Amino acid sequence: MNQLRKSFRELLRYPSAIAGLIIVLALVAISIYALIAIPYNEAIRLWRGGEDVWYMNPKNVPPEWINWFRRNDLPASFLLDSRSEENEDGTVVKETAAVSEDMNQVTITFSFDYPYESYPQELILYMNGSYTEKKPYVAISIITPDGRELRATEMSIDEADTYRFSQDQRLQRRLRGAAPMIGIFSVPDTDPPVPLQGTYQVVLTGFTFEEGSDFDARLVMHGQVAGWAGTDHRRRDLSVALLWGTPLALAFGLLAALGTTVTTMIIAAIGVWFGSWVDELIQRVTEVNLVLPFLPILIMIGTFYSKSIWLMLGATIALSIFGGAIKSYRAIFLQIKESPYIEAARAYGAGNMRIIIFYLVPRIVPLLIPTLVTLIPSYVFLEASLAVLGLGDPVLPTWGKIINDANANGALYMGQYYWVLEPAVLLMITGLAFALLGFAMDRIFNPRLRGV
Amino acid sequence: MAESDIQVKEQRVGIDGRPVLLRIENLRVWFELRRFGFGIAGHVRAVDGVSFDLHKGEAVAVVGESGCGKSSLMRTILGLYLPTEGYVEFDGQKISEMGRRGLRWYRSQVGYVQQDPYGALPPFMSVQRILDEPLIINGVSNKEERAARIRKVLEEVKMHPVEDFLPKFPHMLSGGQQQRVVIARAMIMEPKLIVADEPVSMLDASVRVEILKLLRGLQESHNLSFIYITHDLSTVKYFSERIFVMYAGNLVEKGPIGSILKNPLHPYTFALMAATSDPDARNAETYKEVPPGEPPSLVKPPAGCRFHPRCARMIAGKCDVEIPPEFEPEPNHQVQCWLYQ
Repeated sequence: MNQLRKSFRELLRYPSAIAGLIIVLALVAISIYALIAIPYNEAIRLWRGGEDVWYMNPKNVPPEWINWFRRNDLPASFLLDSRSEENEDGTVVKETAAVSEDMNQVTITFSFDYPYESYPQELILYMNGSYTEKKPYVAISIITPDGRELRATEMSIDEADTYRFSQDQRLQRRLRGAAPMIGIFSVPDTDPPVPLQGTYQVVLTGFTFEEGSDFDARLVMHGQVAGWAGTDHRRRDLSVALLWGTPLALAFGLLAALGTTVTTMIIAAIGVWFGSWVDELIQRVTEVNLVLPFLPILIMIGTFYSKSIWLMLGATIALSIFGGAIKSYRAIFLQIKESPYIEAARAYGAGNMRIIIFYLVPRIVPLLIPTLVTLIPSYVFLEASLAVLGLGDPVLPTWGKIINDANANGALYMGQYYWVLEPAVLLMITGLAFALLGFAMDRIFNPRLRGV
Repeated sequence: MAESDIQVKEQRVGIDGRPVLLRIENLRVWFELRRFGFGIAGHVRAVDGVSFDLHKGEAVAVVGESGCGKSSLMRTILGLYLPTEGYVEFDGQKISEMGRRGLRWYRSQVGYVQQDPYGALPPFMSVQRILDEPLIINGVSNKEERAARIRKVLEEVKMHPVEDFLPKFPHMLSGGQQQRVVIARAMIMEPKLIVADEPVSMLDASVRVEILKLLRGLQESHNLSFIYITHDLSTVKYFSERIFVMYAGNLVEKGPIGSILKNPLHPYTFALMAATSDPDARNAETYKEVPPGEPPSLVKPPAGCRFHPRCARMIAGKCDVEIPPEFEPEPNHQVQCWLYQ
């Protein structure tokens, strides 16, 4: 224990170890944040959710921060809701005026700034009317910064109604054949079209025909960027998978590394201590296991049985226990077994298990720690590789799943680099952190590697 | 039944009326030599027909050169090796028939002091933990009792102040201190028998005498039986009452210390004593005669007396044919040599 504490203090003398340690601690902090901010069930609901959950997001757009690297910002996505009090990207004003006893005039005005040099993907109104028999009737129009009023459409509203500006043929005709998004957001009569910057207003002027009847609306703009992580082909915010991928990757890596090294070591110690047929059996099983193809077996399990991440973890550990490490641990244990202190322990009556756990194993723990630390990222990568091969957990959002989705949807072909790079960079950082830490630890625990 | 019991009791009372603590009868420890891991190619006869009695409170020295089987003899006494033939009997009970619990009790009754003090202490345990281990294993569950016993035993081996040493790890101690911890560990279960395997051969000359005196003091104050194994006759006289001279798996000469040192009977003992370097000015001028040749192979020992190929007084036709039985030319002094027929 004392020695471990001393080694840890020594570790802090290596800048690379400090860097690695900081990254590892940051990853742990992210994991804790992810687990608290997005509880497990919520994460799964979001990740498996479709249009109903993610309607406010555009498809396949990069994260917002790429605007920092561009001269002209790309339009950001936003959602304005007439029911909610807070609307960050603009203002919503809802006014109700009585016309007659049963009839009310309701006006909802959405105003938002549009300072961009390019066009949004889509503008959508989600409207919810409340009525018993007579539906509310709404006229939708847009007021551009230069004061023109564009009539979009008139419609009666159901309990849930959607109006997509870009798919309105009549609006397109009224805009003289221009695609609605371009027609609405351009300086009139320019060719090629020039975007018009300023404050736009979407005005819903509606009438309700019953007492207690009302309607509300949400305006969603699908821009060219969304969130801090971008979105995928199912409008999902990648931040969910990036955040939740961290604890999953760390847990998989740590459990697999710990599970394999500790059990391998104990099995090696048991084989060496009891010798004879026990040792023979362990050696032969190891040799057979070494020639078993690891990845194909995992693929078979994933294809025929289950892709659950925990089953994969179990299979990984089971296949790695009797790995090559058993041979090197055995070599060390054979040496330790002959130590006089082991003989002394037998002479004062220590039992077999006590000797293995308290006398053999502690000698090898210092050697084990660097191995353990450098093993963690290789199992993180293994999990990602399995996901890329299509053997990722079907439910859980992991880094590997993002890469798999990106690959399946031709992200690189379509130029959506963020989709691949974000999880890949996180994987690289994880690997780097543990490698930095592990190499420094190796130098401390194996003094022969220490530089002069 | 009762009569034979009495007879056995009487038989176990040895010289000067002390009862026998440890009896070794015709002990053989052979190790198999395997060929390609299958067939048995032969046996290494590490211990081949050793018999002796050890009385309560008696100290004996087993002397012999390296490879003569003294370490195998010691390990068999400690119960680490199983005898191929013969038996080791402790307090009237054969250790091979004791069973698990009996063997644990036996091991608590026998302390073991090793040669290399640093190797004998687990490097990752503190002194406190090292001394705690035998107590935990032997079921002393009360923590305060354990602490009290550790204090007591450390004071007995003269490690003052005790508190300073408890948290230390073996590498923080000097060789002499390490050996004191080893002795403390051997003493902590308050054994009746201590087996010491060359306890001072790896220590500095300056602390040797101190450690020997400490062992002697402990042996006397606790009335311990003591088996002191060494290759060095010069340290024997600090200690033992009897000497057993071992050669090629046999005890070739057994006798009281005074009798053997003054009047060695076996030619091997004679040669061994001639080779001993006692710090004495006169020794510088005398020529030391060393028996020619090497210790014989334990796989195929020579026929007849095992010493005959190296012996200056070999009787041709006798020594190289027949194994000499034990003769007793002086009282309590036995020798396996045809010269004393």
